[in-house]
Amino acid sequence: MKSFEYILNKRLTFWLLLAVLLMLPFVTDALLGRGWVRIVDFAMLYIMLALGLNIVVGYAGLLDLGYIAFFAVGAYLYALTGSPHLTLAFPATFPEGVHLSFWIVLPLAALVAGGFGVLLGAPTLRLRGDYLAIVTLGFGEIIRIFLNNLNAPVNLTNGPQGISRIDPVSVANVHLNITQHAFGIEIPSVHLYFYLFLAFTSLVILVSRRLEKSRIGRAWMAIREDEIAASAMGINTRNLKLLAFAMGAMFGGASGALFAGFQGFVSPESFSLMESIMVLCMVVLGGMGNIAGVILGGVLLAVLPEVLRHSVVPLQQALLGKTVVDPESLRMLLFGGALIVMMLYRPAGLLPSSVRRRELDTDEAAEKI
Amino acid sequence: MTIAIPLLKLSSIGKQFGGLSALSGVSLHIQRGEIYGLIGPNGAGKTTLFNVITGLYQPGAGEFTFNGNRYQACKPHILARAGIARTFQNIRLFANLTALENVMIGRHMRTRAGVFGALLRDRATRGEERAITERARELLRYVGIERPAQTLAKHLSYGEQRRLEIARALATDPLLLALDEPAAGMNATETASLKTLLQTIRTSGVTVLLIEHDVKLIMGLCDRVAVLDYGKKIAEGVPEEVRKDPAVIAAYLGGGDD
Repeated sequence: MKSFEYILNKRLTFWLLLAVLLMLPFVTDALLGRGWVRIVDFAMLYIMLALGLNIVVGYAGLLDLGYIAFFAVGAYLYALTGSPHLTLAFPATFPEGVHLSFWIVLPLAALVAGGFGVLLGAPTLRLRGDYLAIVTLGFGEIIRIFLNNLNAPVNLTNGPQGISRIDPVSVANVHLNITQHAFGIEIPSVHLYFYLFLAFTSLVILVSRRLEKSRIGRAWMAIREDEIAASAMGINTRNLKLLAFAMGAMFGGASGALFAGFQGFVSPESFSLMESIMVLCMVVLGGMGNIAGVILGGVLLAVLPEVLRHSVVPLQQALLGKTVVDPESLRMLLFGGALIVMMLYRPAGLLPSSVRRRELDTDEAAEKI
Repeated sequence: MTIAIPLLKLSSIGKQFGGLSALSGVSLHIQRGEIYGLIGPNGAGKTTLFNVITGLYQPGAGEFTFNGNRYQACKPHILARAGIARTFQNIRLFANLTALENVMIGRHMRTRAGVFGALLRDRATRGEERAITERARELLRYVGIERPAQTLAKHLSYGEQRRLEIARALATDPLLLALDEPAAGMNATETASLKTLLQTIRTSGVTVLLIEHDVKLIMGLCDRVAVLDYGKKIAEGVPEEVRKDPAVIAAYLGGGDD
């Protein structure tokens, strides 16, 4: 009887959640304005990134500080193959630029980024912890600096100016950059992208969940917990670490392509070290290895800075009549403070990994035996 | 019939750490189905020998044959696949995973589901997962862990952690189970039940190699014993003989030469 109610509850929660999520862009638009829907869209991208990084950091325990590089690889891949940009470098070969369909580039972006993941993973197999963090940090910077400087001798990336006029994404001939009308409702572009990102985020969540509860996921966690014991259990640690790097990078690359299509513009400054750290903080703050925690971390860290940006200046103006602290510096201050408080009081994250919760739920565990 | 071919055969294994010779010219062979003890004073090279045959260290000299194949400079996972499973002197469980998950990880190399299996959850993968869980629960009962399978490994008692390591090692379907001081830190009752467990394991057809300090346990359990001292094998034989060997007594009580 209990299980029937449980399933019913689960179903109900699912449909409620779906309804809320489908309404979310409209509600946000009505209450806060269209700019906020865009912020929510970016939050979804960050969640995808954080879930990808969670595979590397949360499951396999490999501290990666250059994760944004894979996002950059995906973004630039679509920027190059979905814009008029390459005409500049190769006017004869591509008089119109390259305009591959987004749906062809998306899997390519994942694959190429996955390849870069292996490229980063292979030389760092023997490293762990802080040593690995330093190398991956260097890798992230190398990618960004390449993007910044590959405008000469052949203008491949257009350097710091970045690449613009990237083709928007279209789903079955519906162009997501144009306001669409369906069932007599007007659906603006940011709303359409929200639904696209929602679909992809759900996919990423599904993939993460299935990996976590699989033979591969268990092997990753074994490596995280004790690499020597893992190899003594017959786990090929080299291959599985490379697999973790590749899987994480694939998520990053695919989100990158989505980002490029959504934004219509990419430039190296979107892929700075600060972004890598931000994504890592989403994973750590939310709860390493726990999908719900990572999502929470992503939402908080993507949305809170915007809340600050919109509230700090008006608040100071109203109270003091002038702006004393600018929101950007306050953001870093609060962020640093929040991290310290977290490390002191909830070192395992806001929502710690499910294993620990299961552990507390002894009644249920006893029943299962 | 080739009954005489040993399961594990070491020929003059040597291992140097800088100027220190941790092992030199150690040769021994272990027959299928026996419980073979390895004793010696602290620092005699017992754990080094373990690390050599499980691939954590590469032998500097000599070679070893396991189950008819020669191994030289192999990774631990290759030797694990060949059928050597081990436990560690300082327990090395996957501390933040549950007891069940620890044993399930032991099944890793005997199962095959890959990324696509994990993503698609096809029938073969689900069946395999069920089999893994089933076998893991069975092994938990087999080694006598009474606590809920969902208990985190780090929250188990010391004795249970030792048993869990054995269950995890058994999950790899080993031919040779190598135990590095399994009774260390156990009280008399726990040691007695460990002894029963090891006898059951041997009866099930798994050969056991045992490093132990508890002489009573070794004497009561092992078919044959080798004694290491300063990286050399100084005696080998049935426990009663080894016990009376003057070289062994000298090694343990402080020798007469100098």
